[in-house]
Amino acid sequence: MLELSLHILDVVENALNAGASLIEIELEKDTARDILRLKISDNGSGIPKEMLSRVTDPFYTTRTTRRVGLGLSLLSQAAEQTGGSFKIDSVHGSGTKLVAEFGLSHIDRAPLGDMLGTLMSLIVGRPEVDIMYTQKIGSNEFVLDTREIKDELEGVSLSNPEVIKFLRKNLQEGLAELGSI
Amino acid sequence: MPKLKLDDLKKIKEQVLKDTSLRTGGATAKVTVHMGTCGIASGARQVMDALMDEVSQSDRQDIAVTTSGCIGLCSEEPIVTVELLNEEAIRYHFVDPNKMRQIFKRHILEGEVQDEFVMAKGSEHSN
Ligand SMILES: Nc1ncnc2c1ncn2[C@@H]1O[C@H](COP(=O)(O)OP(=O)(O)O)[C@@H](O)[C@H]1O
Ligand SMILES: [Mg+2]
Repeated sequence: MLELSLHILDVVENALNAGASLIEIELEKDTARDILRLKISDNGSGIPKEMLSRVTDPFYTTRTTRRVGLGLSLLSQAAEQTGGSFKIDSVHGSGTKLVAEFGLSHIDRAPLGDMLGTLMSLIVGRPEVDIMYTQKIGSNEFVLDTREIKDELEGVSLSNPEVIKFLRKNLQEGLAELGSI
Repeated sequence: MPKLKLDDLKKIKEQVLKDTSLRTGGATAKVTVHMGTCGIASGARQVMDALMDEVSQSDRQDIAVTTSGCIGLCSEEPIVTVELLNEEAIRYHFVDPNKMRQIFKRHILEGEVQDEFVMAKGSEHSN
């Protein structure tokens, strides 16, 4: 994957497959410590303890449609090649949490890329799931909680043309105001 | 701190509810972009982006845009499934943003299946 935002989309896909109804994504740029930190947690079915140590092995997957699982191994590689780290923790039956740290200014760190595209795809394409996205830069943050949006929409579709325009414009402005990663 | 303008959303909702109360409502078209690891790595997000852009430029409120997981046909990604009311489902493969826009305009809006990109129809689906 060439962009961190693509890794995020892909890893969130695991949580969706695990039946999560809420996914929290936090991305923090810590310039002082030269770290870019990504945290993703979900309330899906979790990973049994005995499997946890194997999930970043590319030959480990529980899917039956393909024999190699790539998502987590690609993300952990992407983090480790920048001098960072990758940790995943899960409680079988209640959810999964992962933290990936990247060397912010490391030459091999993939750019964030089109985070707006990733968020739009998740919000519009998975209306049945709630997403909470927090982007932090220093002491500033941008928070998006789809529960607030859905409460306001009272059943109007997230695929509605005007809603798509609204989301795109507001997310774009919010992320731009916060500053780039 | 940047914040979403929820008031604007309220106005949109009120307008939509006013409009749709005059019509029967409900989705008549469902478009699914498959988002497995292989799909994402081969451009499914850009396809989804083009699709959302087309929907937002149309004034059709009866199109549902969704994503779903891997269907195990990695070498043919990105894959998009179009389901129109009372028609058989059509699955397209090797979709890119331009093909997506063509599929949207010709198939979804005008009902003309884009045979050149079709992978499978109706019961031919392996999934
Ligand atoms: N959030 C999650 N919740 C439950 N299981 C997960 C989660 N993330 C990963 N897994 C498990 O780890 C395996 C490997 O994930 P991944 O590397 O993304 O490959 P793939 O999704 O192709 O199988 C998955 O098949 C799944 O069993
Ligand atoms: Mg995966």
